[in-house]
Amino acid sequence: MMKRLLGAAAALLLAGSIAGVAHAADKLKVGFIYLGPIGDLGWTYQHELARQALVKEFGDKIETTYLENVPEGPDSERAIEQLVRAGNKLIFTTSFGYMDPTLKVAKKYPNVHFEHATGYKRDKNMSTYSARWYQGRYIQGQIAAKMSKAGVLGYIGSFPIPEVVSGINATMLGAQSINPNIKVKIIWVNTWFDPGKEADAAKALLDQGADIIMQHTDSPAPMQVAAERGKLAFGQDSEMIKFGPKAQLTSILDTWAPYYISRVKAELDGTWKSEDTWGGLDSKMFEMAPYTNMPDDVKKMAEETQAAITAGKLHPFKCPVVGQDGKEVECKGGDHLADGQILGMNFYVKGVDDKLPGK
Amino acid sequence: MVLVEAIILSVLAASTPLLLAATGELVTERAGVLNLGVEGMMIVGAACGFGGAWLSGSIVVGALCGIIAGMLMSLIFAFMTLGLAVNQVATGLALTIFGIGLSGLIGARFVGERINTAPHLSVPGLSDIPLVGRILFGEDAFVYLSLALIVAVWWFLYRTRAGLVLRACGDNHISAHALGYPVLRIRMLAVLFGGACAGLAGAYLPLAYTPFFIPGMTAGRGWIALALVVFASWRPGRLVIGAYLFGAVTILQLHAQGAGVGIPSQFMSALPYLATVIVLVLLSRARTGGSTAPAALGTVFVPDR
Repeated sequence: MMKRLLGAAAALLLAGSIAGVAHAADKLKVGFIYLGPIGDLGWTYQHELARQALVKEFGDKIETTYLENVPEGPDSERAIEQLVRAGNKLIFTTSFGYMDPTLKVAKKYPNVHFEHATGYKRDKNMSTYSARWYQGRYIQGQIAAKMSKAGVLGYIGSFPIPEVVSGINATMLGAQSINPNIKVKIIWVNTWFDPGKEADAAKALLDQGADIIMQHTDSPAPMQVAAERGKLAFGQDSEMIKFGPKAQLTSILDTWAPYYISRVKAELDGTWKSEDTWGGLDSKMFEMAPYTNMPDDVKKMAEETQAAITAGKLHPFKCPVVGQDGKEVECKGGDHLADGQILGMNFYVKGVDDKLPGK
Repeated sequence: MVLVEAIILSVLAASTPLLLAATGELVTERAGVLNLGVEGMMIVGAACGFGGAWLSGSIVVGALCGIIAGMLMSLIFAFMTLGLAVNQVATGLALTIFGIGLSGLIGARFVGERINTAPHLSVPGLSDIPLVGRILFGEDAFVYLSLALIVAVWWFLYRTRAGLVLRACGDNHISAHALGYPVLRIRMLAVLFGGACAGLAGAYLPLAYTPFFIPGMTAGRGWIALALVVFASWRPGRLVIGAYLFGAVTILQLHAQGAGVGIPSQFMSALPYLATVIVLVLLSRARTGGSTAPAALGTVFVPDR
């Protein structure tokens, strides 16, 4: 509670500070709402890299502003509105929890365009964008199954939302394609970012016999714990190899720059439309970090899988997908699960021993 | 048995920063000063502690940097609340917000760097005793330091004259003043001690726990330390129980999840808070009953000149 209050206070302070940004005529003003501090890696850092790419690409034609450390939920509404009042015409709200506040502000200011990351609510002036990270997780699952000696993977989850659940499922489907008996232990830390807690979770997983650490949280702590114990791990969002030079197998890298550039270009050309973008390896919405710390044959397999997914020849959720209860999941997308089924995924696939929280 | 040992080792590490920060705050509050800036002092301690260790290559230097940084932060607080008699709650909150910002600034150049963690002790013979060896003799020095510190604080508060005077300042500063004790100077020393402990607690995170610095890495531990002091009803013994209980339930719920117990994780994550609050409330009800807060806690003292 105290922390939330404090975060709100910090957001207010930050929101207050942008009133001082000088008004410049003609330039397109582009605003960003960041969840965390920028730092040097992680979710927010990757968005910041894309913002820097925008500045490099468009130079004097645009002016960018960002607010960092904005807590999710109703509090963020004020921060978004501040960006509108400061004259920003295109605003990127870069986390799922900004969905409803963004929609509310979008309805209030129909002449401003909004881009919301990873959400599902849209309006005529509000687009959504996300990446098909599950494709990367499928590749990671295959690598993990090849590299695990114990046959037990340790998975650190943040919150049991569909994006994280579909990541776990994709990992398991990939792993099962190599080793049908692979096991996964899942620990939910109920936070996106708490290095100490993430490290504790990684230690608990290793203590319980897992020998590969996979994370869906933001700090390099799990990677570092794996490195310290001489085990292997996958990074998240960013390159984390310096925290585990001998531990990182690969990492899913968020690369937002191509998308941000195309949207700003559309805004400058006057062709911006509300859209729903869900890009994968083919459109470079994310990339895989170099495959390291694995034998050549595993590396070759990973590269082949990546190429097959990129070319559309392999779909991680190809039918039949069997749920935890042993029943086949209805196949709404032809030969694979429909996008809606993946985006709203609230079940585990067969082979996951865990019980989904809240089910 | 190996798993039990691993769990206890994790619990010791997870509880230590809480215990350190709470020990400092307990002394501060016993002197009658409520410093809500623990989180801010901790995070600055973390940034400076990491910076010191990274630049010098020495964990000890890092720990000292963390302590000094925490003390400097608390000096700001002391100047505002004791010197200028500003409201303590507002100043403490401001100190935390300031600390979070400042630590980002200080730590910016260290983000992404890494150091080696504080070495675990190794006493020939003793550290190899099965089960208890590594727990009693094989953790990093901070763990034992934090325990020694709380014992020292207990002894100081209840067994020395100076401790009695400090408690008097916290219970009735007017009487203490009338008896001729320098209330403001005593409170100042207590605030500095609190800052030193918070700084060390913050430094523990990058030096021994996760050996890198990231903005916001204290993740609310300062607030938990504050709450522990209240629920321990300002007593050192209960503080130890509270800190270790909180750490234990935190780690155990992670293990329970990994083992697939099937209880909703949201509930499990709330468990450390629930368990600690319930146990400490029961403890304080059973013996004394009623509030045991220092009577003058949070009140401003302006000596008549």
